[in-house]
Amino acid sequence: MAPGPVVDRTAQNVERVSQDLRSVYSSGKTKSVEWRVSQLKSLLRITTHYEKDILEALRSDLNKPELEAFSHEVYGVSSSCELALKELHRWMMPEKVKTSMINFPSTGEIVSEPLGVVLVISTWNYPFKLSLDPVIGAIAAGNAVVLKPSEVAPATSSLMSNLLGEYMDPSAVKVVEGGVPETTALLEQKWDKIFYTGNSKIGRIILTAAAKHLTPVVLELGGKCPVVVDSNIDLKVAARRIISGKWACNSGQTCVSPDYIVTTKEYALKLVDALSCELENFYGKDPLLSNDLSSIINSRHFDRLTKLLDDEKVSGKVVIGGQRDRDKLKIAPTVLLDVSQDSLVMNEEIFGPLLPIVTVAKIEESIGLINTKEKPLAAYMFTNDKKLKEEFIRSVSAGGMCINEIALHLAEHTLPFGGVGESGMGAYHGKFSFDAFSHKKPVLQRGFNGDVAARYPPYTPWKLKFLKAMLSGNILSILRALIGW
Amino acid sequence: MEEGFEGLSQSLSGLKRTFRSGKTRGVEWRKAQLRALLKFLAENEAQIFEALKQDLGKHPIGVVKKSADHALLHIQKWMAPKRANYHYFCFHQELKYCQNHWALYLYLDPGISPSHQHARLCLNAQSLFIWTSAVKVIEGGSDVAEQLLQQRWDKIFFTGSPRVGRIIMSAAAKHLTPVTLELGGKCPVILDSFSGSDFKVAVKRIAGGKWGPCAGQACIGIDYVLVQQNLAPVLVESLKSCIKKFYGENVKTLQSICRIVNKHHFDRIRNLLEEPGVAASIVYGGSMDQDNLMIEPTILLDPPLDAQIMTEEIFGPLLPIVTLDKIEESIDFINERPKPLAIYAFTKNKKLKDQILQETSSGSVTFNDAIIQFICDTLPFGGIGQSGFGRYHGKYSFDTFSHEKAVLHRTFFPEFEPRYPPWNDFKLDFIRLAYNLDYVGLLLLLLGLRRIFTPNRSR
Repeated sequence: MAPGPVVDRTAQNVERVSQDLRSVYSSGKTKSVEWRVSQLKSLLRITTHYEKDILEALRSDLNKPELEAFSHEVYGVSSSCELALKELHRWMMPEKVKTSMINFPSTGEIVSEPLGVVLVISTWNYPFKLSLDPVIGAIAAGNAVVLKPSEVAPATSSLMSNLLGEYMDPSAVKVVEGGVPETTALLEQKWDKIFYTGNSKIGRIILTAAAKHLTPVVLELGGKCPVVVDSNIDLKVAARRIISGKWACNSGQTCVSPDYIVTTKEYALKLVDALSCELENFYGKDPLLSNDLSSIINSRHFDRLTKLLDDEKVSGKVVIGGQRDRDKLKIAPTVLLDVSQDSLVMNEEIFGPLLPIVTVAKIEESIGLINTKEKPLAAYMFTNDKKLKEEFIRSVSAGGMCINEIALHLAEHTLPFGGVGESGMGAYHGKFSFDAFSHKKPVLQRGFNGDVAARYPPYTPWKLKFLKAMLSGNILSILRALIGW
Repeated sequence: MEEGFEGLSQSLSGLKRTFRSGKTRGVEWRKAQLRALLKFLAENEAQIFEALKQDLGKHPIGVVKKSADHALLHIQKWMAPKRANYHYFCFHQELKYCQNHWALYLYLDPGISPSHQHARLCLNAQSLFIWTSAVKVIEGGSDVAEQLLQQRWDKIFFTGSPRVGRIIMSAAAKHLTPVTLELGGKCPVILDSFSGSDFKVAVKRIAGGKWGPCAGQACIGIDYVLVQQNLAPVLVESLKSCIKKFYGENVKTLQSICRIVNKHHFDRIRNLLEEPGVAASIVYGGSMDQDNLMIEPTILLDPPLDAQIMTEEIFGPLLPIVTLDKIEESIDFINERPKPLAIYAFTKNKKLKDQILQETSSGSVTFNDAIIQFICDTLPFGGIGQSGFGRYHGKYSFDTFSHEKAVLHRTFFPEFEPRYPPWNDFKLDFIRLAYNLDYVGLLLLLLGLRRIFTPNRSR
């Protein structure tokens, strides 16, 4: 970390950024439809015109294959922009509500207004998408926004800083690059909302900082996402989808990637065979040579993952993979079978290409096992058993769920994406992003006619009777009160 | 006091066990609890009124009953999973999100020392709930609250001051517990000019909105009034005559108005009037009866803007009137201060209404009335900025204590090959075209003709 004066300058810079944004927001500029549309169009232009640069930056930061980078990140952002542009007018429209008899005559509506100046703190595994998706929501809702991309993905951070600086309105959309000192300085400021994607340890720091200013937050955290694999299913398809959601998503470095599998003792070997066969189809005999597998982000995480593999409690449990190359920061897709609950790999979010399988005697026991752990961001089940599926949905609490699929619920903008418990709070995607950055302000309009004397003092028993009748909404009671019955 | 510190952990474990048993999830259990609450309200009405009278000198009303009735009527609808539309090109999907509710929530009320009646009522309330293992009342002051905050909850719902709201949120941060904070603020009235009988109604509603809710001790109660200078004298006179008619003239014999909750708050409010310049701005009232903790409705005209009475939430029966050259200046006045829980604007001027809606920010806005938004179940109730975050009432209460869980259902057929490695240009092209729903392009690609027809793809 740099010495004192640089830290002070950071704090001053950040304070100035916050103040500048606040005065621009107060001018009302970001509230207009025209401004929001122009900014969304600029973001879309960046995503389409600079696709090649974005893919290169992602390859540089994460060794991310082009198909992953395109479909998860570039397409993800451009489709969010297009959706927001298409739906913005409808999202911005006030929602009319019915008002009750006690307020008669009146009209009610709920108006969406921006929160003000918001802070988006992003992460390194999907550095483009997880930075810009929340920014799209913030802009669509009419806020001024500061984006703090992750310093762990420097090429993407720098690219976004340059492109947003060039194409967006710099008075209302700012990128502050940097690491811990910059983030700390940002958290000292007062924001109208903080949107954070990352881990639960930092999530707590963010929430504590937000508490000083009573700032509401969205925390998109992680967790150990379980996959329950029942028998009597199309095992080949299930294996392919598990692989796709695990290793074809940034080598398992994804908040919604399968973290561990639960299946019956009888079925486990069949599953291992299916995974082994499809892994070879996807990545070849030596996966470390495949160009379609992302690397581990840095040596710190590489060492963290190899420590999990070298834990003596899992020795002898590796049934697929286990190869590693520290120079290239690559670990082969690795499956472990029958790991014990007290091993390291079962007690922290793996966030990498290791997939333990835990076995149970009966598949129904998987639900109890999952519920002994913290609530994950996602939970998955492969089954054709309707009763088991319903029990799973009813009994397991998770941010979101897929049945017979992995992670695809993120792609549906009509579904809210967010965590619960340790996996976070709040949600976004699609209109939920707009709502996350809006204040839904109720507006009640009354006229002066029909003023009810019963509401004013001096209070009498008759007035009480009448008011109770009005609150009940029961016409008969109201009539009886009126005639003094 | 039922619990004490020692019983607290046991109570909490008991609650968790009950939740995990699944008993609280069924609609029948929920309806049974709501019916039990209604029964409690009906059978104990007189005692409730007596307890409120003892604590606050309050007059009875039936809002809790209305909320319970509303919930009972709608609960099944609220619980049903919602289907979401999909347009993604994967077939055979169903999207739902369903309510999966919180295990445990902690509802904290600001600590006011309970009367004996209050304590007895709490115990009665608790005993009427069918599953007392799932609903508990824990009484006490800040020491008990601190103990409660050290525990891990799935949600905390707090109503009270911003100062304590910060403490609650910081404590919640340790466990990543989401919170709803219903705080306060200085709720202003913007009073425009208009004539005759409508003005009289407006003044009645302002008086009712100031001194009606608990003598001003309400988060949504009117805090101060903004009015154009030329209107101030007639406003003051009209308010005076309203006060005399509603409440009486002598502080010792006031009717239909609450007292101040305790000596601490009585002294706090009295101190507001003792700042330099503030007492001099009193144009009506100011008398106090310390023995009965009564403060008469008091009007002040243009007290100093930097005095505490104008910088802090009054939460009492003092009503400052601030005069402006033009009523439109009220917008800047409000924006220079923390966002309030509610703005009340009495005006028929559409342009002013639009300006207020677009240029100010508050928990809610009510035109031509005050307080009444509280009983409209279709409108969310909550704050923004210093006045809090989160919301409740009606279905919003249900939602506040629920997790909306997205569930995607898929079948094993059909499969989409290009999503699987090893990847190549064909698969990348296919995905691009499929995502853009470019069916012609897809056809050309599949026929191997796309490269002939595709323009040169450069930046």
